Amino acid sequence: MPRFLKEYFNRNGFGLGSVMLGLVLFWTVGLIILPQLSMLDFSFRPNLPPPEIGGPKDLYTLENYKYLIFGPEGGSQSYNAVDLRVFYRTLIAAVFVTMFNLMLCYPIAYYLAQTKGNHIRVLALMLIIPYWINEILRAFALRIIFGESGVLNNVLVGMGVFDTPFDFIRNDIALYAGLGYAYILLMIFPIYNVIESLDRNQIEAARDMGASWPRIHWRVVIPYAKPGISSGCTMVFMLSAGALAAPQILGGPSSLWFTQLIYQQFNDNSDWPQGAAYAVVLLVTCILLVLALMRLFKVNMGDIGK
Amino acid sequence: MSAGVGVNLEDLWIRFGDFVAVREANVHINGGDFFSFLGPSGCGKTTILRAVSGFLEPSQGNVLIGGNNMKGIGPNKRPTALIFQNLALFPLMKVWENITFSMEIKGASTKQRRKRADELLDMIALTGQGEKLPAELSGGQKQRVAIARALCAEPDVLLLDEPLSALDLKLRQHMRSELREIQKRVGITFIYITHDQGEALTMSDNIAVMRDGVIDQIGDGKSIYNDPNTAFAASFVGENNVFRGTVKQVIGNEVMIRTNRSGDLMARISTANQGKLKQGDEAMLFIRPEAFALAPAGTQGDHFVTAQVTKEEFEGSAFNIFMEGEGGKEIKVALPNVGQSFESHMGEAMTLEYQVKNAVALPAGVLATE
Repeated sequence: MPRFLKEYFNRNGFGLGSVMLGLVLFWTVGLIILPQLSMLDFSFRPNLPPPEIGGPKDLYTLENYKYLIFGPEGGSQSYNAVDLRVFYRTLIAAVFVTMFNLMLCYPIAYYLAQTKGNHIRVLALMLIIPYWINEILRAFALRIIFGESGVLNNVLVGMGVFDTPFDFIRNDIALYAGLGYAYILLMIFPIYNVIESLDRNQIEAARDMGASWPRIHWRVVIPYAKPGISSGCTMVFMLSAGALAAPQILGGPSSLWFTQLIYQQFNDNSDWPQGAAYAVVLLVTCILLVLALMRLFKVNMGDIGK
Repeated sequence: MSAGVGVNLEDLWIRFGDFVAVREANVHINGGDFFSFLGPSGCGKTTILRAVSGFLEPSQGNVLIGGNNMKGIGPNKRPTALIFQNLALFPLMKVWENITFSMEIKGASTKQRRKRADELLDMIALTGQGEKLPAELSGGQKQRVAIARALCAEPDVLLLDEPLSALDLKLRQHMRSELREIQKRVGITFIYITHDQGEALTMSDNIAVMRDGVIDQIGDGKSIYNDPNTAFAASFVGENNVFRGTVKQVIGNEVMIRTNRSGDLMARISTANQGKLKQGDEAMLFIRPEAFALAPAGTQGDHFVTAQVTKEEFEGSAFNIFMEGEGGKEIKVALPNVGQSFESHMGEAMTLEYQVKNAVALPAGVLATE
């Protein structure tokens, strides 16, 4: 038995230790790794009617991945421009949602973490309580606000800002607002956690030495908060790239999210292998992108776990 | 040595809601002085420091640095540098970056900063340690880096908020003399906050003794130790034995006090209180442990104290004798070990003598509780 396991069992006892270890293993292996491996397996198989599964035609193939790049065989275009564009747009939009979220949440997290008093608890509650409402309802609420005859348009037209209602949905503003709002807490709390442990004297020391507020944030607070920022950004990016409810409800008719394509493959086309291939591509690309950005900003995996 | 820039506090009041943290402080600090604010925790000394550094606007009154009123000038624009109690080094910056942070703000080149960092590292005897992170240094080294970082900003006034309190005794004593030496070398004004009277006495040119937001006394170490203004200053700075009583008779600058337990004793009235103590006033008489000498047993008189010995200690340089005092407090006597034979008097009455000039009479007041 390796030493860390021995220590683990010594600390927790064999009985409790095995139960906890078993549950964690069941969760990671049984609920995450095995289903993902099965998806991976699906993605390399042809879409066959049930009787032929396991038959002679059930051979590993790359056709599902080829489809994403080149489109249907013998199609009119040399590339699957529609799906690729959706894929690319989804990633870019997720990056923007993440950056927008960071810019919005960093000041909030800083304020919450460095200010003392009871009103901070009230503010934190005001941030948390809306999340008791489920995601779909929140998305519909935003649709009511941003709709063509929605609250915002009524107000803006009433005030004379616009002559005719502005289409927030078609212009994707509702979608970005919805995605941004959906994951605010996941951005605020990791940053808040780190900044809360920042010694206020360090801020004052920098100030005492003549630093302006932007400089204090740039040189003292942000480097210190980097683990929280990267953890928040990773989560928000992964979740917005993989979001389904918000794009479905708030997206305009012309702006598909890549997850919607995946959903269509699984559900409307009953083409599980094709859906699995799309999902795998999305997952792997997101992971690679995150790893690349982590390297760029010199963040360790350990920092994310903080 | 340059003349340095002086600091004046004029009628300074600082209130937090109903709580008065600093009351009517009037302090003149000479340029180039090592000036200490000495007092127990919560007495308002750190609040004064924050008002000088600019982190806190006084409720009333002015802070003048080099004759310039600092009202409305933020901490980043004042010619002060503050060394925090916990040092507040930036943990993610290397030592040299820490030290030259003030130059970075002014836009100095990396080359200039490196050069200055090397000079300062030489000065604090940490040559070649610039590439380390603060966490890789020992307590005393961090201390010195914090000093170098503050000095790098070339402040006119260096403010130190109990910077030695986290160090162990040996290092603390060593850093005392080091700080004093640095101050003499750079010649700028140091304002030092401490609750440790030993630190204040050994390092300072002048000391302000504070209690509950009020400055009781300002003076050099000798005058505060020998000629305290208040009962608090007398009991807070150094060890002191107190005898309570009422004034029986005032004779010029001396006074006869009818003490509660030790009969009538003579004392000198402290300079600040001359002419203020009147017959019948409640008074306190203070005699330092080292001001006593052994006297023939049973001698009576107005500068003799007789009491039961309850405890003895041999300290090497002195015999410490504790005798029964009033209110359960012991009278401490330190007899220097100069080869005299000292027989144990445990449980017996012992008579001690003091010189009237070494006993200070003050109006009754609050004592320091330690």
